[in-house]
Amino acid sequence: MTTSVIPSAARPAAGSGRLYLRRFARNRGALLGVALFALLVLFSAFGGLFSPYAPTDADFTALTQPPGAAHYFGTNQGGNDVYAQAVHGLQRSLVIAVSVSALTIVLAALIGAGAAYLGGRVEKLTLAVIHFLLVVPSFLILALVSHRLAGDWRVLIVVLTVFGWMTTARVVWSLSTSLRERDYVLAAEFMGVRPWRIVVRHIIPNLGSLLVVNLTLGVVATVLSETALSFLGFGVQTPDVSLGTMLADGSGTITSAPWLFVFPAGLVVLLTVSMTLVGDGLRDALDPTSVSAASGGAR
Amino acid sequence: MSITLAPAPERPAPGGGPAPVLSVRDLRITFPSEAGPVEAVRGVSFDVLPGRTLGIVGESGSGKSATAMGVMGLLPPTARMSGEVLLGGRDLVGLDDTRLSRVRGREIGMVFQDPLSALTPIFSVGRLLSDALRVHQSLSKQAAWERAVELLDLVGIPEPRRRARSFPHEFSGGMRQRVVIALAMANAPSVIVADEPTTALDVTVQAQILDVLRTAQAETGAGVVLITHDLGVVAGYADEVAVMYAGRIVERAGVDALFRRPTMPYTIGLLGAVPRPDAPQDRPLVPIGGEPPSLVALPTGCPFADRCPAVLDRCRTAEPEAVPVAGHGQVACLRAEEIADGRLRADALFPAPAGSTVDTGTTGEVVLRVSGLAKTFPVTKGAFLKRRTGTLHAVSDVEFDLRAGETLGLVGESGSGKTTTLLEVLRLRPPERGRIEVAGTDVAGPLPADRLRELRGAVQIVMQDPMGSLDPRLTVFQLLAEPLQAVGVDRPAVRARVAELLGLVGLDASVTERFPAALSGGQRQRVGIARALATRPRIVVLDEPVSALDVSVQAGVVNLLTRLKRELGLAYLVVAHDLAVMRHFADRIAVMYLGHVVESGSTEALFTDPRHPYTEALLSAIPVPDPRRERTRERIVLDGEQPSATDLPQGCVFVDRCPLYRRLTDDGLRERCRTQRPALGPAAPGSDHRHACHAR
Repeated sequence: MTTSVIPSAARPAAGSGRLYLRRFARNRGALLGVALFALLVLFSAFGGLFSPYAPTDADFTALTQPPGAAHYFGTNQGGNDVYAQAVHGLQRSLVIAVSVSALTIVLAALIGAGAAYLGGRVEKLTLAVIHFLLVVPSFLILALVSHRLAGDWRVLIVVLTVFGWMTTARVVWSLSTSLRERDYVLAAEFMGVRPWRIVVRHIIPNLGSLLVVNLTLGVVATVLSETALSFLGFGVQTPDVSLGTMLADGSGTITSAPWLFVFPAGLVVLLTVSMTLVGDGLRDALDPTSVSAASGGAR
Repeated sequence: MSITLAPAPERPAPGGGPAPVLSVRDLRITFPSEAGPVEAVRGVSFDVLPGRTLGIVGESGSGKSATAMGVMGLLPPTARMSGEVLLGGRDLVGLDDTRLSRVRGREIGMVFQDPLSALTPIFSVGRLLSDALRVHQSLSKQAAWERAVELLDLVGIPEPRRRARSFPHEFSGGMRQRVVIALAMANAPSVIVADEPTTALDVTVQAQILDVLRTAQAETGAGVVLITHDLGVVAGYADEVAVMYAGRIVERAGVDALFRRPTMPYTIGLLGAVPRPDAPQDRPLVPIGGEPPSLVALPTGCPFADRCPAVLDRCRTAEPEAVPVAGHGQVACLRAEEIADGRLRADALFPAPAGSTVDTGTTGEVVLRVSGLAKTFPVTKGAFLKRRTGTLHAVSDVEFDLRAGETLGLVGESGSGKTTTLLEVLRLRPPERGRIEVAGTDVAGPLPADRLRELRGAVQIVMQDPMGSLDPRLTVFQLLAEPLQAVGVDRPAVRARVAELLGLVGLDASVTERFPAALSGGQRQRVGIARALATRPRIVVLDEPVSALDVSVQAGVVNLLTRLKRELGLAYLVVAHDLAVMRHFADRIAVMYLGHVVESGSTEALFTDPRHPYTEALLSAIPVPDPRRERTRERIVLDGEQPSATDLPQGCVFVDRCPLYRRLTDDGLRERCRTQRPALGPAAPGSDHRHACHAR
């Protein structure tokens, strides 16, 4: 018999989803983050409609113009419209960040939880690979590989995923080793449920909160590393633009033509801040030990 | 054993008797929650007299632990508390933490359920004790250490001077709890609050610890508040008992009056639902219908009304106040007078459900045969290069048969190998040594995949903790569908079978879309049972099936299992540490000690005529929920605890703790006990009752 100070009284009637939503909605920062992120997504999708220029259009009558009525964010040295480029760059960065983050989480969850559940030689080998990849200077390899592959943004997604799953996989692995010992996992085993089904149905869903939080924070990390790669010239290649290439181009003229740097930099900041807020909000809402969660029929 | 402790201050009371050391008046405690405030304690009042013990009993969620925490000022900061907690005339409610710290430890001693987490792991126990002394008294380090050693001696730690330098993890569970009691009594408090002090301990150790607690009480003259769910412990230990239900004390009386003449229907029901080790096997366990109410937004009226067989319309309009009833103490029930003077017969309130008794009827063929089973685990040392330093003999040479329609109980204390035995059976792999035959098939032989799957379906498990064994992220439907999908049942058949299963265990079809967290403890265990039955098994393995449940719910689950066994012709292999429950549940029992079966036989034979000295001691250690019997019966209190199974003695595994061995005078027999492992032999030729002892 367990005795807890907090009696089991409040039993949420309809699942836990609504409870999480309620707790999330109570967090103002998180709501702000969601609103901000939604605005950024809308901007990247439909922002182009408000400007007659395409990101590749060069207006030779207006080189390095400050923001004005014709070019909202000004133009760069080649006469490209910075507004159109920012919309396109944001779109490119968002697509890369969200897909890399999602792929990374899926890969990390399957590998980490699978290794932990299967144990034995599989586990040892997987951990060896993870540890090896963690000590390899991945950024350098990333830079070299993506340069070789001519900077197609789809290749960039693959490369960033391949070198980005290890840390999360290691965390998933260590949490899964304790889930492996849970009674319900044992019960499933005795019912004859097959190993991979146990991993997918019983282990990974119970890491849900960790994975969701990591998904949002992974977006932040990917935006930053894509930006860094592109800034160094290894990421997205011209004529394609991303926020990173724009920052790289604008950084040289930060005193003479600050708008070339300020707008993409501002978008990067807004994007990372919004995702961090959402991530924090999700963590608090899903964490059963947080103060506001001190009920919910915990026996 | 001599020790000087400051005597408890005697305060003359106006009434002539001693003044209470602790008075609680109208204590109310509320916790915030998502669904609204949880009213955990709703107006509790009691007095504790010096040298006396007040037992507070109740089921989980009754508010007994919250009351204890409130008295000690250890509630989480989000909780709100009102009322009065008068300790020596001073109100503790509203004191800040600094002031409370001066009171805690000096005037209130505390004993918690889990002795390991109650002791800081990085200090030696001598240091913990001397620190506790020096916080409240001005003592030199040397003097405090000496006191600490004296205290350890007092609570029965052997070689206290040497053991004072040991760390908490170096002690066994029982020894740790002794240290916690030493800490609680160190500063001669006037009140000791013991919250489930023996719940985490084995039954033979429980008896020792209650004795130590008695010693501590005698030395300090403190009043004790003993909080427990175990009515047997209360019957043997408390002077006065308060029964809590839904945050209130519903009945408070002297221990004899309460057990002889319970007056509140809840108390009557509780006493009828508790399994008794001394009752004949055919005494039914009578559950109280329904479940305790949610403490959020309680309806007006008596909180027990919905479960009460004597409910009146008036009961639902206002909550009855506790009023004194002549010869019965304080009772919060509108019909207390009627029950007290016999107009309403207490024993007719809760009629026994039909078919709730153990049915030792026909048994069928043998469905499980285990012989010579052994399992060892390597003991390793070192984190990097693991060296094998020994072997843990978890199970040695275990054998038993299980027939269809039969319940076989494996009983023993923790570490006796009973759970390992279960897992070996469930694994369906060749055992390390010995044979396991399931439904006539030896699991050692290379089995074709379809036969193995068939066997998988034939052996299923119900686990101890229904919360832990049900995946929290799946709905009841998904949980019940899983074993069926695992053996390849198609969708419509799954749907039909799930509905059938819910009916079988008495659950409403409306629960299918709920998550385990939204169910009560009893409902969860019913889901666990339904899941085990999904594949129509022949053997169901039950690992402590009711020990996580409340007494009033437990009886219902035991009765359900008994009914299902009869209807479906199942065979149960049950592991339990609670022998009283087993008496009501099992047809046959095998008692295990250090991986060996020391005695086996029919439940009735084992309880009425135990042969092995360990069985005798184990049975004697179970507290009987009857104060008169509990206080007068002769009791065998074993020394020490079950040792680790790494170094098994050469002879009888029980020899080190055996009370019979100590009385033996025949040197030849003593020699055999020490050097020869006794084999399991029949008590009488041809008898099913077998035991392993040289001396009997």
